Amino acid sequence: MLERLAPALVTVLLILLWEGLVHALDVDPFVLPAPSAILAALAAKGESLMGAFLYTLRVTWIALGLALVSGVGLAFLIHRSRLAEAAFLPIAVVLQVTPIVAIAPVILIWTGVEEPERALVIIAWIVAFFPVLSGLLSALHAIDPALRDLFRLYGAGSWATLWRLELPAALPALLSSLKVAAGLALIGAVVAEFAAGSGTSQGLAWRLIEAGLRLEIDTMFACLVLLSAMGLAQYALLGWLERLVLRRRGLLRP
Amino acid sequence: MEAGQLLLRLEKVGRRFGTSRAAVEAVDLNVPEGAFVTLLGASGSGKTTLLRLIAGLDQPTEGRIVWRDGSPPPLGYVFQSPTLLPWATVAENVSLPLTLKGRRDPEAVARALAAVGLADRADARPAELSGGMQMRVSIARALVGRPRLLLLDEPFAALDEITRDRLGALVQRLWREQALTVVFVTHSIPEAAFHATRAVVLERSPGRVSTVIDLPEPRERSRTSEAHFATCARLAEALALTMGEEDADDAGESADA
Repeated sequence: MLERLAPALVTVLLILLWEGLVHALDVDPFVLPAPSAILAALAAKGESLMGAFLYTLRVTWIALGLALVSGVGLAFLIHRSRLAEAAFLPIAVVLQVTPIVAIAPVILIWTGVEEPERALVIIAWIVAFFPVLSGLLSALHAIDPALRDLFRLYGAGSWATLWRLELPAALPALLSSLKVAAGLALIGAVVAEFAAGSGTSQGLAWRLIEAGLRLEIDTMFACLVLLSAMGLAQYALLGWLERLVLRRRGLLRP
Repeated sequence: MEAGQLLLRLEKVGRRFGTSRAAVEAVDLNVPEGAFVTLLGASGSGKTTLLRLIAGLDQPTEGRIVWRDGSPPPLGYVFQSPTLLPWATVAENVSLPLTLKGRRDPEAVARALAAVGLADRADARPAELSGGMQMRVSIARALVGRPRLLLLDEPFAALDEITRDRLGALVQRLWREQALTVVFVTHSIPEAAFHATRAVVLERSPGRVSTVIDLPEPRERSRTSEAHFATCARLAEALALTMGEEDADDAGESADA
């Protein structure tokens, strides 16, 4: 019981300590606003920040959806065909190893001039897609060769093997890679908004920069709080989904 | 046993992987209809390779496999491990060979489960079963399509002795009741002696047939009879012939290591 409460207790204690120290040491609010000030900023700008929150959330989840579809599709293609592996895997790796901050401006120029949201989605997708691909690829490689023999023995075609063996076998890895991908999609969206700069994006990251430029440090922190709340919420949601699916399939002890 | 009709015949069968030494070479082997053939050999004697060639999971690079009816009959295969789908129930696992052919036959599944004594565990998941039970599911799956030929690849190697004997008795019963032809790969001398109507001893590197011993049939299957021990002794002698002194040294070294 105490173990379950510990994280919440420690968090509350740290916030109280923060609040107390800011007042006791009379810390300048430009340096570090008190939690109460951040809360006040959240309340005051709640409506406009919520709009920004939804904007960033939308970009993140569209990118995550694209990463899911493209990552799964490409993983199966690469797993089936050496040619596809030779053709696509290097590109995927290049996209993965090149820092996204460096790619972002190029993509913004190519695709974001009239439609900034499109560029944001593409950038977030690039970051989110690789863990889906690599997680799924290693799950497909890890399938017991005897199970593949079994399917071959009983005359299973390519589709039957995909549907009855490969997809179900890769499902746990897919669900856990989605958790990672969701976090990365959010990072990608934030980086993209940073790179996009003024006037083009209405997301949380842009509001954060803007508040910084205006020295509204409490609003900056409010944006930060919302961003980590978003990250936490989607991690929790996908974790819940993962446990639900695995339990239904008998892969997790109830 | 009566020289029944041959179900299949291996003629000078060889399998070479790449340019390395052949896994099996020039294997001649007759499998009579209704026989219980055990393939006994040390590791590296190509037992599993031979079984995979018979199953059609692999193709010989030399020689050929001749089937009485021109093509293989329906066959069931039991792997070294249970190889069950962990997300599927016992019944779904057993049904897999039918499902993959687009068939649904709950009665056949129930029959196969009853034959291995798991009728009451149809809805369980593999993880809820013991290793021996999982192996029985695997046997039920091999039986569900009413095979004429059952191939088993060291199926009980990972199980404890008592479970192994029980499952061995189960396979014996199924062989008789369902008029199967069985090819059973093992490295256990008592197992080969207990089951076989024809015991084949393979030598290694490359795998070749060293000795074929035909055992009288029908006979009482006992693990404690004098006849059983006599067969064990014959097989042990034949197996020792396939192992040179080098091998004995190897064994000594690996035991020290």
